[in-house]
Amino acid sequence: MSIDWVAVQAVVWTLIKIMALVVPLMLGVAYLTYAERKIIGWMQVRIGPNRVGFQGLLQPIADAVKLLMKEIIIPSGANKGLFILGPILVIAPALAAWAVIPFTDTLVLADINAGLLYVMAITSMGVYGVIVAGWASNSKYAFLGAMRSAAQIVSYEIAMGFALVGVLMASQSLNLTDIVQGQVGGLHQWYIWPLFPLFIVYLIAGVAETNRAPFDVAEGESEIVAGFHVEYSGMAFAVFFLAEYANMILVAALTTLMFLGGWLSPVTFLPDGIVWWLAKTCFVLFLFLWFRATFPRYRYDQIMRLGWKVFIPITIVWIVVVGAMMQTPYGYLFH
Amino acid sequence: MTYTTAIFYFFAAILVFAGLRVITARNPVHAALFLVLAFFTAAGLWMLLEAEFLAITLVLVYVGAVMVLFLFVVMMLDINLDKLREGFWDYLPLAGFVSVLLVIEMALILGSRHFGLEVMGTPAPHAADYSNTKELGRLLYTDYVYAFELAAVILLVAIVAAIALTLRRRKDSKYIDPAEQVRVKRNDRLRIVKMQAVKKPVAGEGDA
Repeated sequence: MSIDWVAVQAVVWTLIKIMALVVPLMLGVAYLTYAERKIIGWMQVRIGPNRVGFQGLLQPIADAVKLLMKEIIIPSGANKGLFILGPILVIAPALAAWAVIPFTDTLVLADINAGLLYVMAITSMGVYGVIVAGWASNSKYAFLGAMRSAAQIVSYEIAMGFALVGVLMASQSLNLTDIVQGQVGGLHQWYIWPLFPLFIVYLIAGVAETNRAPFDVAEGESEIVAGFHVEYSGMAFAVFFLAEYANMILVAALTTLMFLGGWLSPVTFLPDGIVWWLAKTCFVLFLFLWFRATFPRYRYDQIMRLGWKVFIPITIVWIVVVGAMMQTPYGYLFH
Repeated sequence: MTYTTAIFYFFAAILVFAGLRVITARNPVHAALFLVLAFFTAAGLWMLLEAEFLAITLVLVYVGAVMVLFLFVVMMLDINLDKLREGFWDYLPLAGFVSVLLVIEMALILGSRHFGLEVMGTPAPHAADYSNTKELGRLLYTDYVYAFELAAVILLVAIVAAIALTLRRRKDSKYIDPAEQVRVKRNDRLRIVKMQAVKKPVAGEGDA
């Protein structure tokens, strides 16, 4: 049997590209935790980490080393197989969704037709890790956290999906590169303006989807200790942490691509490029941190009310508005 | 064996294994998770058939939403498997009859000469930029629009019926109306009473 060298080459080349995507992403996650501690520190008039390295810049590395060296304790009552599977099920979708995210019009790992659908399908898998982890821990706190998280993610996914429907109506494409290309021509062409209510809904639902404050009842340290990952230690805990931050960057990147023009420059006389993508994503991430420092945690029934009774009606109404407006002479405003 | 065939057999093997484990796993949570695996693998197989929209929708709807709720319920129930399996032998004849009937029906369709490979050859593969989603949308909203809308209406009726059947207003629940909470004024909740901070000493008590 002859070895198909072309196929082998393609596989190796794809693996190299995946590494080139995942390694900067993991570094981004590490320094996002540093940025979070510094920014929230400043907002609360503290200094934040400043001991390891210059201005505390090596703090994330020290944290990673610490977590790697710690023992992973598996509770005796836990369901061992599923207990280990939990973190894997959380991190895998968080990384797999990045496959279709374009950084510039040519720099994308997999330029598939239904990119937006793919992202939605893959990110909806993430909730399994949380549920499995909470159940397999065989602990009441963990189980309560898993239940809260599952209910919350399922509710907000609907509003998020509807917000994306508005985007694909405006761009008439499911391909993320095409969605960005539809916003070409400067700041006023970005979808944030015609789809402003959907932008707000998407951003807030994104915060809820990633279980970030003020929607972090799944962890709710004052009520259920640490929620679904209370029984995890060492690297197994770190994997949950990595997945949460990778998901945060993903939501920020998607917001950038769908509403803020991705890699496009806000003014026509400056060239487009990945710098704009990075700057916009960092801005959305800053909003995430800002929310955390500003808002107290929502009560559980308030979260459910906001998801079902406020966001879903807003998105449905705005989809109808966009659809109706497209049939009028002013339709060009919504493309 | 081509690459695609190898992938197909790999996915098919996982699918059959997962399907079997759904009915043989002793733990109901394990069974539900194997069903998730089965759906996901089936989506992979659909992807091989160039039905990427249906494949992704299968993951999105069944894996991402339906099975999450399913798992949610299964985890909360205290299921005693031995009790569930009690009637196994009583139901076996009926179940056997139904499954034999299913196999015969499938054999009638798939084994007939109207469905062989010579009648239905391999469809020509589409170009890379062919959009499955667009084609499906066009068909659903033009040729099959009445059937599609009818299905939607039936689903809506089912939703309304399910809610109407389970909705009950409890008198004793402490229901919170956020609109009322927001509208509340200070005077509704708070009554300020003017009184002196210190009581006047009663005559005769100060001597003690």
